[in-house]
Amino acid sequence: MRKRIAYLSGLAAGLLVAGAVHAADGSWGPGADDAAFQAMLKSGFREAGIAKLSRLEQDATQAFCSDPKFAESKEAAGKRAEIEAANLASIKWPSDGKFLGDFKEGEKIAQSGRGLTSTDKADQVNGGNCYNCHQISKTEISYGTIGPSLTGYGKLKGNSEQAQRETWSKIWNSKSVNACSNMPRGGHMGILTEQQVKDLVALLLDPDSPVNK
Amino acid sequence: MTRRFAVGLATCLAVAGFAAGTARAEGDKTIEGIEAYREALKDGNPAELFEAQGEDLWKKKAGPKNASLETCDLGMGPGVVAGAYAHLPRYFKDTDKVQDAESRVLTCMTTIQGIDVAKYVSARWGSPEKDELNAIATFISGMSKDVKVEVSTAHPKERQMFELGKRMFYYGGGPHDFSCSTCHGQEGVRIRLQELPYIPSPKGAASGWTSWPAYRVSAGQMWGMQWRLADCFRQQRFPEPIYGSDVTIALSMFMAGTSNGATMNTPGIKR
Repeated sequence: MRKRIAYLSGLAAGLLVAGAVHAADGSWGPGADDAAFQAMLKSGFREAGIAKLSRLEQDATQAFCSDPKFAESKEAAGKRAEIEAANLASIKWPSDGKFLGDFKEGEKIAQSGRGLTSTDKADQVNGGNCYNCHQISKTEISYGTIGPSLTGYGKLKGNSEQAQRETWSKIWNSKSVNACSNMPRGGHMGILTEQQVKDLVALLLDPDSPVNK
Repeated sequence: MTRRFAVGLATCLAVAGFAAGTARAEGDKTIEGIEAYREALKDGNPAELFEAQGEDLWKKKAGPKNASLETCDLGMGPGVVAGAYAHLPRYFKDTDKVQDAESRVLTCMTTIQGIDVAKYVSARWGSPEKDELNAIATFISGMSKDVKVEVSTAHPKERQMFELGKRMFYYGGGPHDFSCSTCHGQEGVRIRLQELPYIPSPKGAASGWTSWPAYRVSAGQMWGMQWRLADCFRQQRFPEPIYGSDVTIALSMFMAGTSNGATMNTPGIKR
């Protein structure tokens, strides 16, 4: 009997340890603990061109979203909201108060997927990568489907200041709307300039843009 | 072969011309056209030339020890190449490591031929050193064509590599917040017109794992899985994964282990 109790308490201790490990190391299986993973990352990469090793360091949003099983769980709802709020609070609004740029420039930016890879130059003008994942102007049939279709976006959403603010938020920092969106944070991460974000907002909202024709 | 290529190219051009003047409703037809182009490509795969070159390198005496790689143990015993690729990555006792075909070749070059492989590891993609490694990997993979993928995760280090690969697959970072899963983490999506395999599923993992090394028609180059992964990381805006590093082995293990039971179709051919 005593032996059995000892065994059970041993088991309980084991479960406690397992629980603690799960909390620290997320949803990962045997051997993929934080220490082993970090060691693998550290020894696995070398800097190449403008892609420095510091790119492997995550901010709070990236770290949270790298464990999707937890990030999408019910118990992580509070943390998701927290991350969205932090991203929202960091948004830089247009310095002159104007959200709409030139939709023709916006189309060019949406078409380009260039910039910030290890083989790009530091002075490369970055593209928005938009067509890689979204249908946008009807005339472009080479579009990706990771994101929703944006064709007719402005017709649906209107061109009110509220619509402009929401569109700006999504492009400047997509994680302000959805913590673990697949979409890059164009303005927040310095991929796009303020003017480029304005041009993209115009592409989506300007009534004359091909998106709304 | 030239003629077959011309047919494929004509199909492709027809598709492009067709695409230019049409609306999105025609998208499906465009994809069908591209499929036909891909099928036409399979008729003559220049990868055969790299297989032959790889076989020559495998059999040629080289290095300070003036030895060939013919006694290299790829996991099925010294000198056994047939079927070896379909069982890799795997744990090797002599190195106490999990290795894929490409990192295992580096081990054999070191131990059997006495070659200092550091310059092979650091050489750029497209360099003569990397071309040699790609050719050898292509040869080894060709000797597993039509063989079932059977990768073990029984050894604790194999299991660990699989789990590390899974974790790496979801690791997001860099200026674009990209992870492997950004593009390969959902079923049935595309980048532009390129369909993307959903890697965590057996079918998706197999469509990637069993078709590399592959000849890239657009680049005119032969790519092994190491190069393929490096280019994924480049597009992910990450720094460059080191050739043969655990990061690359872990992701390979995740894909190979997930595609167990599928059939190797190597070397492959891609647009």
